[in-house]
Amino acid sequence: MKSVVIRVALAAILGIAASAASAQTLNTIKQRGVLNCGSNGTLAGFGLPDSQGRWAGLDVDFCKALAAAIFNDPNKVKFVPLTAKDRFTALQSGEVDVLARNTTWTSSRDTSLGLNFSVVNYYDGQGFMVRKALKVNSALELGDAAVCVQQGTTTELNLADYFRANKMKLKTVTFATSTEAVKAYDAGRCDAYTTDASGLASERLRLANVNDHIILQEIISKEPLGPVVRHGDDQWFDIVKWTHYAMVNAEELGITQANVDDQKKSDNPDVKRLLGSEGKHGEALGLPDDWAYRIIKHVGNYGESFERNVGQGSVLKIARGLNALWNKGGLQFAPSVR
Amino acid sequence: MAAVEITRPKTPLIYNPKARGIAYQAVLCAVIVFLTWSAIQNAADNLARAKIATGFGFWEGTAGFDISQTLIEYSTTSTYGRAFWVGLINTLVVAGLGVVFATILGFLIGIARLSKNWLVARMAGFYVEIIRNIPLLLQLLFWYNAVLKALPAIRESLVIPGGGFLNNRGLFLPQPVFEPSSRFALIALGLGIVAAIAYRLWAKRRQMLTGQQAPVLWVTIGLVIGLPLAVLALSGFPISFNYPEAGRFNIRGGMEVLPEFMALLFGLVIYTAAFIAEVVRAGILAVAKGQTEAAYSVGLRPGQTLRLVVIPQAMRVIIPPLTSQYLNLTKNSTLAVAIGYPDLVQIFAGTVLNQTGQAVEVIVITMAVYLTISLVTSALMNLYNRRMALVER
Repeated sequence: MKSVVIRVALAAILGIAASAASAQTLNTIKQRGVLNCGSNGTLAGFGLPDSQGRWAGLDVDFCKALAAAIFNDPNKVKFVPLTAKDRFTALQSGEVDVLARNTTWTSSRDTSLGLNFSVVNYYDGQGFMVRKALKVNSALELGDAAVCVQQGTTTELNLADYFRANKMKLKTVTFATSTEAVKAYDAGRCDAYTTDASGLASERLRLANVNDHIILQEIISKEPLGPVVRHGDDQWFDIVKWTHYAMVNAEELGITQANVDDQKKSDNPDVKRLLGSEGKHGEALGLPDDWAYRIIKHVGNYGESFERNVGQGSVLKIARGLNALWNKGGLQFAPSVR
Repeated sequence: MAAVEITRPKTPLIYNPKARGIAYQAVLCAVIVFLTWSAIQNAADNLARAKIATGFGFWEGTAGFDISQTLIEYSTTSTYGRAFWVGLINTLVVAGLGVVFATILGFLIGIARLSKNWLVARMAGFYVEIIRNIPLLLQLLFWYNAVLKALPAIRESLVIPGGGFLNNRGLFLPQPVFEPSSRFALIALGLGIVAAIAYRLWAKRRQMLTGQQAPVLWVTIGLVIGLPLAVLALSGFPISFNYPEAGRFNIRGGMEVLPEFMALLFGLVIYTAAFIAEVVRAGILAVAKGQTEAAYSVGLRPGQTLRLVVIPQAMRVIIPPLTSQYLNLTKNSTLAVAIGYPDLVQIFAGTVLNQTGQAVEVIVITMAVYLTISLVTSALMNLYNRRMALVER
């Protein structure tokens, strides 16, 4: 954990960061033959390796989509598990090419860390989990409670803000990793555990007695989560943005992993442009024109990825909610390929 | 006889060893200065190019996060600078207490390992070999989970007679509140300590001159404990207690000792004591056996022999390695990050670094702090070492 920070400090001093930060990310990745993706590593639904070491999750799919677009092979990704605390330093120093680790977009992170937030691939909000036995129905009843939280997150700050704004006393117990925080909550060190609502749904399954715990209704913050890149490489920034947009557009156009080959013969000009059978929309990105076809062929559209990892096809069973397409009452909206 | 003038042949400066030495050192210094300067310059350039915030302006920024153990005033609206001091004090508290307890435990175990009692010696040996061969991080995680698992939940708190509670949220004790008139007792305590020291000096001098011993222990206890107590009683016990009581979720009021703190202190003390025990054992074994025999032959009892003859000589061997154990303990306290104790690394090199994103500045400050703590510790121990060292005549 700390070694990353120290390596980063050294890298900054020795000027290694300079070469990594310049506008050559795509070429570097191509030469290396593999995409370095900063991932969560402990959060089911977003980024977690299974017992065979195969990574799965919404953010994992995003990196696989990037690799599919670049290499036509979704497996050319090296997933680098990062803690919340160390994630930005790892990206700043060039340890990873992109950070897809359920990271909340805020103004200070976007402006003062030398990083750019690209898109929102999951709209979330912060919630609380408590023991049923406490008979708490609202987060507003949590005054004086001890709350376990993970370090280096917006959650940690929102928690303090929420209790201050509602004039409630708070006892925070902060841990470097979510694993430790959840373990301490499970052991009774805290009355409540707080993180993004999606995280709660996922972490709850790790507890000893799942049914002894409930997630409170209140959502106390806006947590737009999305992949992050370094400042200074607009081409790479574009590739990351359009990878997500391609997946959202594919869902909107009804293109799925299963029917993408048939859709290639479609007469719909939107579909033709997206799948690269009309126009040259990959060239400026430094990618082949069928880049979006590769993404959908190997990973699927946004809806498929969502349902597979966090939705009805997963253990989490999270509803689309804010993450439905814009024309289905949600917030996922992508500019067109043209 | 005509004086023969001996003139040294003029050698060029380049063959003069002294001049050469100076030249080499000057070149080395210049290279180091250049490398340091260019490294700093390079880092600054790169940070500026990546548009990463630099400088120490963040010190005044609002922290916005909460800390579980604050020994100085701190709230979520305090600055990052304040959070730094909170973390530093938490580190110093755990390191300071750790050093004291590890020393006591280490000396006991070290002496026990040399005991003539087979069982005691084997138990001490067992302790040392087990503890010092298991990584400290694992031990800390073990103690933390042991503390959390072994202690009862908050609603089944163990009640400590006198108004305390013990549960897996920590140890809660009544907090003494001193009323104004209790300052007389404080003055009495100060006077008692001064008087006790004076009495000890007097008793030692008298013993040197006449060989008569004085009841130092009893007089010291009387002066340091008895006198303030008597004053307290006279002024009608002007101390009240803020008792902890059970609230809806947690225990309110009183003094609180976090389980994270207990686990960290416990782990550090137990681990470091194993090393100190070995240092002490080595020190005692380094004192020649003749010293003990000589002490016995002048009629000293075993306890006195250990205290007056062996330990003072062993200290000369013990102090230098003991210093490095103290330094290790302080540096090992950074493992607090694993079990959620808010030490300097957890707060400052953790949350503050993450929020400000200024890795270089934060890590430099943190390293400078640990360097300072270590250098001050060694300076103090070296001072003590010089006092204890053999005065050669």
